[in-house]
Amino acid sequence: MSSEVVLYDVPGPRAKRRQAILAIIAGIAALAVVALVLYRLNEQSQFDGNLWGPLINPRDEDFAAVWGLIADGFLNTMKAAALAIVFSLALGTVIGVSRLMLGKWGRIPLVGFIELFRGLPVVVSIFFASRVLPDLGVDLSGWPGGEGLWFVVIGLTAYNSVILAEILRSGVNALPKGQSEAAMAIGLSNLATMRLILLPQAVRIMLPALISQLVVILKDTSLAAVLGVYPELLNAAKIIYLNLGNPIQALFVVGTIFVAINFGLSKLAGWVEYRMSHSSRSPGGETDEGVRYITDTAELAQ
Amino acid sequence: MRTKSLIALLAASALALTACGGDDGAEPGTDDTAPVTSTDPMESPDEGSGDMTFEAGTTMAELSDAGTIQIGTKFDQPGFGLKGLSGGPEGFDVEVAKIIAGAMGITEDNIEWVETPSKVREEVIEQGKVDMVVATYTMNEKRAERIAFAGPYYMAGQQLMVAADDDTITGPESLMENPNAKVCSVTGSTPSEQIKEYLANDSQLVLFDVYDKCADALRTGQVQVVTTDNVILLGFVSESDGEFKLVGEQFTEEPYGIGIEKGDTAFCEFINETLQENEDAYNEAWSSTAGAVEGASPAELPEPEPCV
Amino acid sequence: MDAITENLDLFLSGYWTSLKICLIALVGALVLGTIIAGFRVSPVAPLRWVGATWVNMIRNAPLTVVLFFFAFGLPEIGILGSYWIFGISALIVYTSAFVCEAIRAGINSVSAGQAEAARAIGLPFTATLREVVLPQAFRTSIPPLGSVLIAMFKNSAVLGAFGVGGDLFSVSETLTSARGYAATPVLVGVAVGYLMITLPAAGLLALLERKTAIIR
Repeated sequence: MSSEVVLYDVPGPRAKRRQAILAIIAGIAALAVVALVLYRLNEQSQFDGNLWGPLINPRDEDFAAVWGLIADGFLNTMKAAALAIVFSLALGTVIGVSRLMLGKWGRIPLVGFIELFRGLPVVVSIFFASRVLPDLGVDLSGWPGGEGLWFVVIGLTAYNSVILAEILRSGVNALPKGQSEAAMAIGLSNLATMRLILLPQAVRIMLPALISQLVVILKDTSLAAVLGVYPELLNAAKIIYLNLGNPIQALFVVGTIFVAINFGLSKLAGWVEYRMSHSSRSPGGETDEGVRYITDTAELAQ
Repeated sequence: MRTKSLIALLAASALALTACGGDDGAEPGTDDTAPVTSTDPMESPDEGSGDMTFEAGTTMAELSDAGTIQIGTKFDQPGFGLKGLSGGPEGFDVEVAKIIAGAMGITEDNIEWVETPSKVREEVIEQGKVDMVVATYTMNEKRAERIAFAGPYYMAGQQLMVAADDDTITGPESLMENPNAKVCSVTGSTPSEQIKEYLANDSQLVLFDVYDKCADALRTGQVQVVTTDNVILLGFVSESDGEFKLVGEQFTEEPYGIGIEKGDTAFCEFINETLQENEDAYNEAWSSTAGAVEGASPAELPEPEPCV
Repeated sequence: MDAITENLDLFLSGYWTSLKICLIALVGALVLGTIIAGFRVSPVAPLRWVGATWVNMIRNAPLTVVLFFFAFGLPEIGILGSYWIFGISALIVYTSAFVCEAIRAGINSVSAGQAEAARAIGLPFTATLREVVLPQAFRTSIPPLGSVLIAMFKNSAVLGAFGVGGDLFSVSETLTSARGYAATPVLVGVAVGYLMITLPAAGLLALLERKTAIIR
């Protein structure tokens, strides 16, 4: 339901006045909090030129080096996220399809795998990749991009492939039953039904969910900084403030970059979802439900 | 603001170091252009020949032949190993590593620096990902079960740092009497383990990934004490414009060693000899990096432990 | 496996600490998230803006960045406190953005007639929300809310890097770096600890999902 219209009556003159007063109070309160924070920061000379200069003033001697570091960190973050989403999609499809096609008993090891990685914190998965794989004799140091990258990618893939598999499964389940029935009727095998009829539709409606999952992955690359295994964006901020002594400022810039990109991606996901649920090629009403449900699930996977 | 002056100082002294290493070739270790010096008057492993000659099959021979080395160090420890805004890490550990690499004929450009945070140091050595680790690495028995230590090359000692106007904390003994005083150190570090016996309870200890965060927390009043090796603390005191001070005596001895593969006695002995023979370069490395802070005692190369 | 048996007390206390953090954060995040959701659907425009800004900023920032600003930003503006409180607050604030969106989706799934009926019998906005819409919204929100809260428990693993200490994940750092234990057995112990919570929680959630599914 569209909440704004049905949750409250169209305000009459008294309600309008009350709402206006409330709006002013709320507005003032919000501004007051912001002002107070800025005032206290200024009091602690956090707006000092030599704290911000290297980050915002192109003429500062460290500006080029600082932004060089940020650019490297940004590229590394993007590289890890891109690889992780590609591998998660591939592995997630395999897991999701197998789970759909295997029998009741055949599914059990797969469900175990899914539950295992869904239940582990991503930071533990990355830690596992970086410590346990080498212990088991898996040497990634020769891989392109360095082993740190692959630790992050493996840790992220372990978790996100499982999530994408579940999204795919609900996507296929959300398709109208007539789709698979029609496929059977024209004599397609189970596998062909999946490959030719169900998957193409499910993957298409999964697109917004994929973009939302990319937000989750981008944010989770920063866990590498907690473990110190990969020079991504947050690690760049750390090197900057250890050299220049400006933690608040460096983290503010890096935090803003994260929020801006992820906000853009979230909006993109919303737009794609809107386009799909309004497109004439949409396979049917149930699918629209599916798109929304799937996107919600993905967004909430954090 | 705080760290900038130190960085400038480090950069300046690093330049000075390179310059003086280059003009007379007295220290093969610090000379980044011509480490192979047949005219070297000092007794060094490469004495008397144009190339490095090491007994075949030793780590030194392999590294010297390869001409490159992978060295693990910290990237986030100012004074010892801190990655600069551009370029590789800088600090005392880095300089010490350069001396050893230089003695094998490996120039600075051919050193590959690998970031080794505290928690991965044993692993990277065991797995052969680096040839040695020079990373404020305290020698202890537990670690020596898995890897071997050359050195020590520096004797650190743990101390306490408090706000300048704090009279209640006078040494580690006062921590028990002030259970509300928060003590800050770095996760998984030796100091964080050793301070525990002085604490009234576990929740007194606050742990971060770098000591800079501890110094920050001390400045804002979030913690009352920062503890780690005294020379790291001195760095913070000298940057703090009189806001911080050290209290009490050093209450531990922490020998910093160079981590190498377990059982490589020849390499261990070579490292110890190299350091003994390059004391000037060693002293220079100290006074241009961690030892450059106000109040730091002059470098003194400790007697090496026997290699096992 | 010596690493686990020798340090069982450390693992157990880490497990308990993580559990405590999450029980507190769970209540906090549900309350705060519901309030923000109320903001987002309220008739007062500035409240809606505050709600939208809150959700869009926090949901798109990594938890590590949120934690950093709690642990180092708040003291800078003169707010001192224990890192415990900062860490838990950050977890609450971060999770609240997701709780808010789960509840808002729940509110949107309640049929419009319900709110219209509530208004028809003269209930004001707050009462419409509290008495009629939210109780139903919560029921539809249970599956997504459950996922959010399980994710929160997993997210709490990051708190150790921000001065909280003693939680399950920090135990692995203490044992592997300061005490020199091999990583594999320690990490297996930690992983089992997390799974001991997340697996039963996921099971419970599936059960709840099946029970509440009838209302559709």
